[in-house]
Amino acid sequence: MNTQTYDFKPKSIWQTLRVQDWLYAVALMAGAFFAFSQYSEYMDAYELGFLFSAAITFSYLGWRWKGLAKLVVGVAVLSLFAINLYHGDQARAGQVFFLKYLISSQSAVMWMNVLFIFAMLTYWFAMFKRSDFAGRVASALTWSAVLFGFVGLMVRWYESYLIAPEVGHIPISNLYEVFILFCLITALLYLHYEDKFNTKQLGGFVLLIINAGVGFILWYKFDRGADAIQPLVPALQSYWMKIHVPANFIGYGAFSLAAMVASAYLLAKKGILATRLPSLDVLDDVMYKSIAVGFAFFTIATILGAMWAAEAWGGYWSWDPKETWALIVWLNYAAWLHLRMVKGLRGPVLAWWALVGLIVTTFAFLGVNMFLSGLHSYGEL
Amino acid sequence: MRFAVSMLSVLGVASIIGTVLKQNEPYENYIIKFGQFWFEAFEMLGLYDVYHALWFLLILLFLVISTSLCIYRNTPLMLKEWKTFKEQATEKSLRAFSHQASYATQGASEQAQTKLTDYLTGQSFRYQLKPQANGDVLIAAKAGTHQRLGYIFTHAAIVIICFGGILDGNLPFKVQEMLGNKKIEVLDIPESQVPEISRLNIDNPSFRANMTLPEGMSDDVAFVRVRDGYLVQELPFRVALKDFRIEHYATGQPKSFESDLIITDPDLDKPLEKTISVNHPLIYKGIAIYQSDFQDGGSTLKFKVWDLTSKEMLNGEIDGVVAKKGTLGPPDQTLTVEFNEFRKFNIMNLSADGKGKPRNVGPNTTYKLRDKSGQAREYVSYMQPLQLDGKAYFVSGMRETVQEDFRYLRVPADDDLSIEGFMRLRNVLTNPDKQGEIAKRLSQNSNTTDANLRSQFELSVMRLLATFAEGGFTQLSQVIEKAVPEAERQKAADTYFKLLNASAFEAYNMVLAEQKKPEMALNPKSVSYLQDALNAMNDLFYYGTPYYFQLEDFEHKEASGLQLTKSPGQKWVYLGSALLVLGIFAMFYIRERRIWLLLKANTQEVLFAMSSNRKNLDFDQEFERTKQQLAQVLSV
Repeated sequence: MNTQTYDFKPKSIWQTLRVQDWLYAVALMAGAFFAFSQYSEYMDAYELGFLFSAAITFSYLGWRWKGLAKLVVGVAVLSLFAINLYHGDQARAGQVFFLKYLISSQSAVMWMNVLFIFAMLTYWFAMFKRSDFAGRVASALTWSAVLFGFVGLMVRWYESYLIAPEVGHIPISNLYEVFILFCLITALLYLHYEDKFNTKQLGGFVLLIINAGVGFILWYKFDRGADAIQPLVPALQSYWMKIHVPANFIGYGAFSLAAMVASAYLLAKKGILATRLPSLDVLDDVMYKSIAVGFAFFTIATILGAMWAAEAWGGYWSWDPKETWALIVWLNYAAWLHLRMVKGLRGPVLAWWALVGLIVTTFAFLGVNMFLSGLHSYGEL
Repeated sequence: MRFAVSMLSVLGVASIIGTVLKQNEPYENYIIKFGQFWFEAFEMLGLYDVYHALWFLLILLFLVISTSLCIYRNTPLMLKEWKTFKEQATEKSLRAFSHQASYATQGASEQAQTKLTDYLTGQSFRYQLKPQANGDVLIAAKAGTHQRLGYIFTHAAIVIICFGGILDGNLPFKVQEMLGNKKIEVLDIPESQVPEISRLNIDNPSFRANMTLPEGMSDDVAFVRVRDGYLVQELPFRVALKDFRIEHYATGQPKSFESDLIITDPDLDKPLEKTISVNHPLIYKGIAIYQSDFQDGGSTLKFKVWDLTSKEMLNGEIDGVVAKKGTLGPPDQTLTVEFNEFRKFNIMNLSADGKGKPRNVGPNTTYKLRDKSGQAREYVSYMQPLQLDGKAYFVSGMRETVQEDFRYLRVPADDDLSIEGFMRLRNVLTNPDKQGEIAKRLSQNSNTTDANLRSQFELSVMRLLATFAEGGFTQLSQVIEKAVPEAERQKAADTYFKLLNASAFEAYNMVLAEQKKPEMALNPKSVSYLQDALNAMNDLFYYGTPYYFQLEDFEHKEASGLQLTKSPGQKWVYLGSALLVLGIFAMFYIRERRIWLLLKANTQEVLFAMSSNRKNLDFDQEFERTKQQLAQVLSV
């Protein structure tokens, strides 16, 4: 009988692991070692560090969140399958059936776009019909969109090397590519909260901002032809890009998510959709958590950016418009967090503020590129 | 607190100014943009270099002081909270908690106590036992108190980062400047003549300076730009540029910029050779040398120049060196030619819809023609013909002020992809001595045999050509407006237009005959060539100069733009950044929770109370869970 008392002791992560979790981690490590054995001579010490850190990070994240592990496996399998179909020839993207219609980078990204749109419609349908089933379908559609998006990026990474080995680079170097990244990260953050709090009713809101991104991607592709892979300008040829950009987009994604939750909060507070949305407490909590994640990663991203700037531009801080706006975004959320954590402020004020924060963030992300010039002119519109 | 948030807002708003108004531009640009009055007003506010303006530094200083005060006031409290178990809590206060419960227990109180402490340990709580005077026992437990360190770390980080920033800022210079010990130099004079008051010696602890080195040259000073002037920064070593390279991708976009540097220093046994590139600086004696940009280091240019006023097809040559000057024209109307820029590669997208691939269109050069009164026009000229709408043109642009865009002249290239054909055609077509022959040729083609009509026709062709030679299409339309009633103008214009085209055709054949080349075939291609040529002749009236420059040859010499920085504050900034990240994660992801369990000696009751410094959903859930688990623990 006495043993029962110890049942409450939280299990350490090692105790929770099942066979498949170990297989997953071993597969990731094996993949990293394979890449190391094949390509280590083309990577510098930092990039080797990133390679193994990525394997460890995604193992851990996959253990903590099983959905992510499935996604990683799916992305790996589909990407490797696509790469295998290329036979090292870029032209096959338009010839081989699977590549042409499914998993060449352009097709996969288009599937991502389409799936995100369907997911949004389904989420709204599920909310109005109060249908659990439709909610699960919407969730599955979002997961599929994320799967295709990441496959698209992976394959694009490979395709860039097919153009010429010297052109090859990670596809997070221009506005088109980072918009895909933005959609994916925002969706993943949302799916995480959905898993944790079972808040499928929020999907329709969050998918709004993601689909705004999708709209931009479509316009940028069809009107501007921005989907072509361009070689990297000298300033971007650095290992820093591989960590600075993703960290930044976790920040942008989380802030956008927070703003969307805030809009749901404000509606619910006014009694609109109140019975369909999660309780105000949950909305408030998700908004706070999202901003906290965003703030932490945005801080890291800005610091990484400063360290990169010290190496590329000769100074860790140059008051370049992009840097300055990053500071403004940071100050904005720092003030938000101060008021919440120190003053204990809650409610509509913070929700409105999170919405305004999205405008500031959007300006830092897009507006600076459109209206202001500076050192950061990689993503010009 | 309120002060801190307002401070953050003020800093944010102040920062915006500097992103909206382009910083550190040449002052003339601001004058043109704002006018004299606002220019001076803005200058007084320091808006052209906001981030180094005194008022901006003061805001930063306020932020640092306010944060420091915050740390000073709160740190002892935080440390106390971090250490304490709050074992002084009384039964009365515990019962007043919003999160509390009580349980009835059976059996010995020691047994319950063991079970509870085991449970707490299992939940990663640390605890202290505090027997009460009345025989009760209080278990005071805590977890996640490291969160309190997050506060100290983040706030200390802000102060440390700002401190590092101040070390690297130009505050010392500002103070020196106010004391009158230092002054910026605003004149463009050789470095050796810059007076001591505008020089910074090698002991200067921090700077960010630029150096432009042409290939094969060396220097031991760099320039620090300040407002509309500069300071000379002396270096403890000499930097020489052996070679500068730009590599390109197959598409023509630049792939890398590299400089082969040689550092000579008495402290070195032999010169230090190192290649730097973007993202790969060289650090020597605490000074980092970065590849920043590149420019022309004095390329030599060879132009062919046509004098468009001359009856003869007069052309000559002029040689120039980038950043130097030359002269042109007769003594009484001498023009100064300022060779401003030469670019070997120009990546442009010339496809009609703008969707095609950008490609390298070859070298171009920018020069200014300045007359004796000082008036100048700026020209840009491409060396090779550009493909526009499937046809080849020699393109050159002209503008009168820097604010304008270039207006482009497109001269069609002939079959040899040369400009020669156009120049010869223009020479024949606009030359009064040749216009008679053109007219004659045209009248021979006509059906009339009447000599009278013919000579009338020839006369009118000659008048037409003379008018066109005098002022292009504008002149022609003026003549039509004067001489022809409105209803018939369109018809007259069409006739003139046809005649002009036919004349151009004949004139071009005369050119070809002169060169003993076969006659021009009349086809859409030749028609469009002649049409373009006539348009170009017309546009030449707006070209602003009788001299047409065509770049024939060049010898490229590059200069590497280096940036040299010394920033002792950098390690402080990085230290602060590390603290900041640690602190943020501690604040967000460590949750401070406290549990009190009061074991009543007499009544067989256990009182449970729980608190957290942040009330949120997570805490409510944890309280509920703990409450249930405690009930189970106590029931067995």
